[in-house]
Amino acid sequence: MISAVISLGGIGLGAAIILGLAAKKFAVEVDPKEEAILEVLPGANCGACGYPGCGGFAKAVVAGEADPSSCTPGGKSVLEKIAEIMGVEAVAAEPTVAVVICQGDNQKAQDKYRYLGIKTCASAQMLAGGPKACPGGCLGFGDCVAACPFGAIEITAEGLAVIDREKCTGCKKCVSVCPRKVIIMTPKSATVHVLCNSHDKGPAVKKYCQVGCIGCMLCKKNAEEVYAVDNFLAHVTYDTYDHEKAKAGMEKCPTKCIRDFAEGYPEGSTFQS
Amino acid sequence: MGDLFVIVVSAILVNNFVLARFLGLCPFMGVTKKVDTAVGMGAAVTFVMTVAAIVTWVIQYFILMPFGIEYLQTIAFILVIASLVQLVEMVIQKTSPVLYQSLGIFLPLITTNCAVLGLAVLNIQTGYSFLESILFAIAAAVGFTLAMVLMAGIRERVELAPVPKCFQGLPIAFITAGLLSLAFMGFAGLVKG
Repeated sequence: MISAVISLGGIGLGAAIILGLAAKKFAVEVDPKEEAILEVLPGANCGACGYPGCGGFAKAVVAGEADPSSCTPGGKSVLEKIAEIMGVEAVAAEPTVAVVICQGDNQKAQDKYRYLGIKTCASAQMLAGGPKACPGGCLGFGDCVAACPFGAIEITAEGLAVIDREKCTGCKKCVSVCPRKVIIMTPKSATVHVLCNSHDKGPAVKKYCQVGCIGCMLCKKNAEEVYAVDNFLAHVTYDTYDHEKAKAGMEKCPTKCIRDFAEGYPEGSTFQS
Repeated sequence: MGDLFVIVVSAILVNNFVLARFLGLCPFMGVTKKVDTAVGMGAAVTFVMTVAAIVTWVIQYFILMPFGIEYLQTIAFILVIASLVQLVEMVIQKTSPVLYQSLGIFLPLITTNCAVLGLAVLNIQTGYSFLESILFAIAAAVGFTLAMVLMAGIRERVELAPVPKCFQGLPIAFITAGLLSLAFMGFAGLVKG
């Protein structure tokens, strides 16, 4: 018994000494700026910056490869702190938020079959493209809710995902996790959005959804620069966004699939504008 | 001399650690996307296996057996292997940061890699002498590297081939591994034992 303890302890001690010496000899220089930047980052490791975690981002900023404003969850305060550490000027990028471009909850959109499987969007999507008749609409099982590190997404009582524009930090985790690709990134200043993701022709859309885009192009005819229609689906061209024109086009929409989030969130949502 | 030759051929071809004994499948599937990283990993494993064979042999015959504590073999061996891998990690991080990045998590995974522990235990079980153990370790590592490089070469080409959607990625890699293993069965019977 004693010999066991001594011998194993001895081996451990020997290994520890050797490793300790090696650590000194093979030490890798870490820039103190990297540590300082790591301290001020949010620490969510969300990857919105495009680097592997906050550590990867800190390294890239010190190396001069990363733009300090890429940390969208950090926002202005983090940007200013990083700029202070690096000794450069803080140039902010336009904040972006995610929007679920669909209003087709259980009341408004039809299902093509009753789904009794695992209640995740990914699983549902694998079974003949999901229970929703609409090929692009939100399935409402909440994979995005689970993915959001900031708790900015809710599923309404009728099964529609809605994102809180104030809580959203633009980290894009929900965008990558959604199997329907029904979540898009939009500039925070743009509040009017076309809430439909179906490229099907008008009559088909009308059959399965009360608030789907039928591709009638009335929005575009009334507000040429702000809307574009691509394959029977309209969308707001955020580069040329103009709030008044966007609202003008919104008024003309026959199915009311365009919404101004400044006036209110989709039906059923608990978020306040 | 003939004995040593048998040990070498057996370890590299007939009883290849990855393709015949199915040890070390984790890095085999994880690090074989590129030939460069496969070679780097093979080199790291070669070093760890050789030094581990030496140290574990010494520990078994000069510490464990004299004190009658052979039952501590697994723990003691893992302790040694873990320290060795930590050493290798430090050296690689200092000398080649690029290789360090590309190996990523698989470098510390050599610690719990059954190939290294398997080699150490096999050395003891087969009752090899000190020199035979070292030779067996080097040969096993060469066989491991050979299997990794072959796999990496094939996978690089399969990347560009029209694979059916449901097989893309890991599924076709596993099928490839199976086929490679089948091919190596052709060496069975080349040497006795």
